[in-house]
Amino acid sequence: MKYSPHTDKDKKEMLGVIGAASSEDLFSAIPKEFRLQKLDLAEGISELELKKLMLDKAGKDYSTQKLVSFLGGGAYEHYIPQAVESLISRGEFLTAYTPYQAEASQGTLQAIYEYQSLICELTGMDVANASMYDGASALAEAVILAVKETGRSRVIFSSSLHPEYRQVIKTYLEGYKIEFVEIPHAGGLFDETALKKEANDSTACVIVQNPNFFGCIEKVDEVESICHSCGALLIACVNPVSLGILKAPGGYNADIAVGEGQPLGIPMSFGGPYLGFFAVKEKHMRKMPGRVAGMTKDIEGKRGFVLTMQAREQHIRREKATSNICSNEGLMALAACIHLSLLGKEGIKEVARQNVLKSHYLKDKILKLSGFELMFDAPFFNEFVVRCGKETDKIIGDLLKHGMIGGLPLGRFRADMKNCMLICVTETKSKDDLDRFAELLGKH
Amino acid sequence: MVDLEKLRFTKTHEWLRVEGNTGYVGITDHAQKEITDVVFVELPKIGKEVAKAGEAAVVESVKAAFSIYAPVSGKIIKANDAVEKDPSLVNKSPYEEGWFFAIEIKDKSEADSLMTQKDYLEFIKTGAH
Repeated sequence: MKYSPHTDKDKKEMLGVIGAASSEDLFSAIPKEFRLQKLDLAEGISELELKKLMLDKAGKDYSTQKLVSFLGGGAYEHYIPQAVESLISRGEFLTAYTPYQAEASQGTLQAIYEYQSLICELTGMDVANASMYDGASALAEAVILAVKETGRSRVIFSSSLHPEYRQVIKTYLEGYKIEFVEIPHAGGLFDETALKKEANDSTACVIVQNPNFFGCIEKVDEVESICHSCGALLIACVNPVSLGILKAPGGYNADIAVGEGQPLGIPMSFGGPYLGFFAVKEKHMRKMPGRVAGMTKDIEGKRGFVLTMQAREQHIRREKATSNICSNEGLMALAACIHLSLLGKEGIKEVARQNVLKSHYLKDKILKLSGFELMFDAPFFNEFVVRCGKETDKIIGDLLKHGMIGGLPLGRFRADMKNCMLICVTETKSKDDLDRFAELLGKH
Repeated sequence: MVDLEKLRFTKTHEWLRVEGNTGYVGITDHAQKEITDVVFVELPKIGKEVAKAGEAAVVESVKAAFSIYAPVSGKIIKANDAVEKDPSLVNKSPYEEGWFFAIEIKDKSEADSLMTQKDYLEFIKTGAH
C-alpha cells in the first residue's frame, strides 16, 4: 500500500490543469519569510526508536500520578474506578465517530439514555440532553436558551463565576445583542443587594455557579427568589460531585442546570476531553440544544431506544436550529454514566463527604500557620482561597521541588488576588498528604 | 365549514381569514400533510407586534420544526389555546380548529395582495414547497 496519495505525475497533471508551474506557486500570496521552510525532524525512524523517543518525552511530564496536586479551579482529580476505563475502551463504544445515525446502535442509545437519566437524578431536573463539549459551552448554550425563551437580553452573573466561563459566554454570544451585567462579589458570594438593583424586566437570566470559582457555596435560594421575581430564568452551573451533599438545582427551582462533567470519572488530561452536562425543567425541553435519547416500544411491544425531541436540531433545521452544536462528547458521557452507576447514591454522598471533610481539615491546618489567611468566610465544598504572605509563584516553585503542586494562583485572573491561591482537596488526598502540604507551606 | 375561497394564502403555506380588522392565521391542508403529525405548537405572546413575513409562531411535527410567518403586519391579539393543548388539531382541522393566532391587521392592502385559493392551488401544483 502506498502511503503517499499523489505521485509526481499526479501532481504535475493537477498543476497543469490550474496553470501553475509548481506547488510553490500556490502559496505565492504568502510572503516567503512567513512560510515554513523545513521542519526540524529526523529522517524516518523505526517503530522501536519512535516508541523509545515518545516514552522519553512523556517521562518529562509532570502528572498527578507522580505528584500530589492541590489544583482545582474547574478540573478536578477524583478517584476513578478502573472499570470505567475498561468499559469505555470496549470496541462497541470506543469510536471516533459521533453516533449521529445512532438508530443503528441500540447500545449507544441506551447508554445515552441512562446517562441522561442519571444527570436528571443528580440535578433534580426533568430532562437532560446527550451532553455537550464542556461546562463552559453548556453554560453559554443555557444563556442562549434563556434569551430565546424570554425574548429578553440582559444576562446577570456575579464575578464569583469562573472567569474562563465568563469569557466563553461572551465569545459564544458575540453575535447576539446581549447586555452582560457582572456584579462584583461580596465576600466571595453573589451580592444579593446589587442583584436586586440590577434584576429588572429585561433580564433574561441570572447565572449562579455553585460552588463558585472561589469554592464558596452560594446562597442559591436568595438568588433564586430575586431572579424569578423579575421573570428571568435561573441558570445553575454546578459541580456534579458537590451534589452528593449540596441541594440539587431542581431543589431550588433552577430552570436550567449545567456544569462540567469531568469530575464524574474523566481524568485530568492536559485540559480535555471534557463533558458538559445540560438539564432543564420540562417546560424548556423543546428549546434544549443537542440531542436527546428516549425510550419507547416497537410494534411488537419490545423496549427500544431512539433519538427524540430533535425537531429543532441542527441536522434537521439547519440555520434555524436551536443551537449550532453538532457533536457531543459521547464517550465521556458514557464514562460519567458508568462512573455514576458504580458510585451509586451512597457512593457519591460518600465522595462528597470526604471532599468536605478533607478540605476543611487542611483549611484548619493552614489557618494555624502564620502568614496565611482565609480570604472568605463563606462555607465551601472542596476548594478555598488562601492569601499568602509571600509570592505564590515562589511558594508553588518550592512545593514542586517536594513533589507537590500547590493551589491555583489567582493573580492571573484578578489583580486584587495577587498572592492568593485556590486550594483544592478531593478524596484522593490522604491525611499524610495534607499534613505534609501544611508542613511545607509552614516553611514560608 | 370554512369557505376556502374567502381565505388568502402565502407562499410559505399560511392561510389568512379576515374578519373585519382581525386576521386569523393557520397552515394549509397541503402543509399539514407535508409536515405530518404535529406534536407541538409554540404560539406568540398576545400584544406582540409582527411584520409581514416575520416569524410569529413555531410548529413542530415528528419530522422537524417549522416557522410560521405572519401573512400581514400587525399586533397579535389572540392565540389558540386549544391547539397548544392538542397540537394534532392542526392535522385534523387545519382551516378551523387548528388556527394558531389572530392578528390586528394594520394595512388591509397587505391582505389583498396575498394569493387566492385558486392561485394557491396553482402554486402548489407547480411544485413549490
